[in-house]
Amino acid sequence: MPKILRVLFWIAVSLLGALALATIALHRGEQINALWLVVAAVATYAVGYRFYSSFISAKVLALDPLRATPAERLDNGRDFMPTNKWVVFGHHFAAIAGPGPLVGPVLAAQFGYLPGTLWIIAGAVLGGCVQDFVILLFSVRRDGKSLTEMAKSEIGRVGGIVAYVAVLSIIVILLGATALIVVNALKSSPWGTFTIAMTIPIAVLMGVYLRRIRPGKVLETSVLGFVLVVAAIFGGQWVSETPSWAAIFTLTAPTLAILIIIYGFAASSLPVWLLLAPRDYLSTFVKLGTISLLAVGIVALRPSLHMPPLTRFADGTGPVFAGTIFPFAFITIACGAVSGFHSLISSGTTPKLIRREPETRMVGYGGMMAESMVAIMAMIAASVLQPGVYFAVNSPAGIVGQAPEAAATTISSWGFPVTAAQMASLAHAVGEQTLYNRTGGAPAFAVGMAQIFSNTLGGEAVMALWYHFAIMFEALFILTIIDAGTRVGRFMLQDALGHIWKPLGRTSWYPSILFTSAVIVAAWGNFLWQGIKDPLGGINSLWPLFGICNQLLATVALCVATAIIVKMGRVRYVLVTLVPLCWLVAVTFTASWHKVLDPNPRIGFLAHARQLAAAGANPRLIFNDRLDAAVTGVLVVMVAMILIESAFECVRVISGQKSAATKEAPFVMTRLAMEEQA
Amino acid sequence: MKVESLPGCARLSLRELFGLIVAVLREIFDESAYERFLDRSRLESSPNAYAIFRQENEQAKSRRPRCC
Repeated sequence: MPKILRVLFWIAVSLLGALALATIALHRGEQINALWLVVAAVATYAVGYRFYSSFISAKVLALDPLRATPAERLDNGRDFMPTNKWVVFGHHFAAIAGPGPLVGPVLAAQFGYLPGTLWIIAGAVLGGCVQDFVILLFSVRRDGKSLTEMAKSEIGRVGGIVAYVAVLSIIVILLGATALIVVNALKSSPWGTFTIAMTIPIAVLMGVYLRRIRPGKVLETSVLGFVLVVAAIFGGQWVSETPSWAAIFTLTAPTLAILIIIYGFAASSLPVWLLLAPRDYLSTFVKLGTISLLAVGIVALRPSLHMPPLTRFADGTGPVFAGTIFPFAFITIACGAVSGFHSLISSGTTPKLIRREPETRMVGYGGMMAESMVAIMAMIAASVLQPGVYFAVNSPAGIVGQAPEAAATTISSWGFPVTAAQMASLAHAVGEQTLYNRTGGAPAFAVGMAQIFSNTLGGEAVMALWYHFAIMFEALFILTIIDAGTRVGRFMLQDALGHIWKPLGRTSWYPSILFTSAVIVAAWGNFLWQGIKDPLGGINSLWPLFGICNQLLATVALCVATAIIVKMGRVRYVLVTLVPLCWLVAVTFTASWHKVLDPNPRIGFLAHARQLAAAGANPRLIFNDRLDAAVTGVLVVMVAMILIESAFECVRVISGQKSAATKEAPFVMTRLAMEEQA
Repeated sequence: MKVESLPGCARLSLRELFGLIVAVLREIFDESAYERFLDRSRLESSPNAYAIFRQENEQAKSRRPRCC
């Protein structure tokens, strides 16, 4: 394309993006079309990718196409292996895309669609994509080292320990929070519970088929599993309409929590690959398919957003979670904007597959852009709901009351009209007994998704099927994360305990497996139990705690990246990571201060503990609040230590007291470039 | 299909695009890894070979974090 046309093309894309952003930011009083959000995001991502990531590639990281990557140098056909960049992109995206970008935006929609959308777009382009990209490249240049190892070698021992503790904490809190989402989605829902229960025999069947009948044919087996799961959704409808069966599958939140805890322990400690591996494949299959389907549905239907751009809850009195836009919108939406967890994937499997250094740009920066687009779709799914319906579904009984009439009256008094009859009709349409107090984001997302899908295919008659398809998709997805996360946590604990007593570090020694599995499951099970007993719905405490942990991990990752950039002698470009780092420090430290010390009992853990103590509440609830405060405080102190240590390290390098030596693997000329030319 | 032999740049024909999507899916779903395992260990695909492949991969897969 001639240069003048390229220039005109990018000017047009930039103007289109600016117009879309102006429309979503300045439109007041009228509904806007969801496509404006899509256009704003796509245009901004395109400009960010074309120009900003290109600048980072050339000036900051100096990507070298002639430098052999560990995939080439250490190729063993297993972990290390040069792989086509599109394949690595797909692999990386499948690993980073979880429930976070779906749930976070749904919860943040209580502020209106505007704050969350702007944060998703700006946070991704300037923060999340940059973090994923630079950590991926730095790991590639260090033989695929993990974030913890890089923190240790580039910053110091404290950095390594903090990164380790942050990773383990985030895994534990993530598992507790996501398990709570499943419990809230399935409680008193025989249809949903039956469908999810059926995924267990379906997965076993898939395992037998995969092992005995068609070894290795995973795609074929996953298609078969998907067909069976869809049949289970239809079966769930029959179950919910048959009183004797419905009674069996109508479970309370504590019962569901106990079942999930038992499941997590069994998944981590028993050799149940026959169940877990096929479930993992099925979950990935459904995840990729559903996200694609949702994208097509939004573009094809172009729904209007009923949620206003800003709601009255910008003042911090929101029913879904308490707290003002700053800092709470920015920790509620982590995955989708900036997620520290991604740095674990970017320094895990992915760097060992990268064939050429320049491909880190597409995989790291581009992969996060795709994840951010998923978050935009979740924001749309939440915002197509009538605000009254959105708040009825997402508000805990402790805020709006148990009785349908009382809840509808409270929500209507906030300026978001809804009636008990309207909610009853909606619950009937989606095949549920009630949709009130379904905190956690998943049911609201499922209702929004069902509305979009049912308008595209099948009409209102099949809304219940779409709703339960969405619930099945989210629950399956989360249960897979619970079993995988428990095992990852168990391995991490075994690695650490092995330094204290060698046998505990042996991953095949059964007493160690049972002990460490029990510790990890007890840790996240405690948070889950706390969530279901919390009169404010649990998500009010757990999701901000998870967001703080996740963003603190991103702070650690950006700290490591900033220290490396300084040591590379590129101080003049340090703002690329320093600006998002400063932003995250401001967000996480402010949020932590509020969550621990805010005098409002709906925000501050300690204030809530005092309120409960004054009311003579169950000591267990008081302990939970104090535990949350302690976890938050310890993490903040540890991250402050790594910040100080890396700041000293940078100052020493800049002032010349220390040589600017990084711990990169030595340069080796690639053979791949020559082979490609030949 | 050899993943490494796939074209990695723009201007793909529809057929190449389909091939690329299939390759990505086969990689995500470990089909390609199984083929590489069979090549490496000079085995024919069978229930036993698949069981060995699963055992070999289980430890590495279990340690991979999956994001939230």
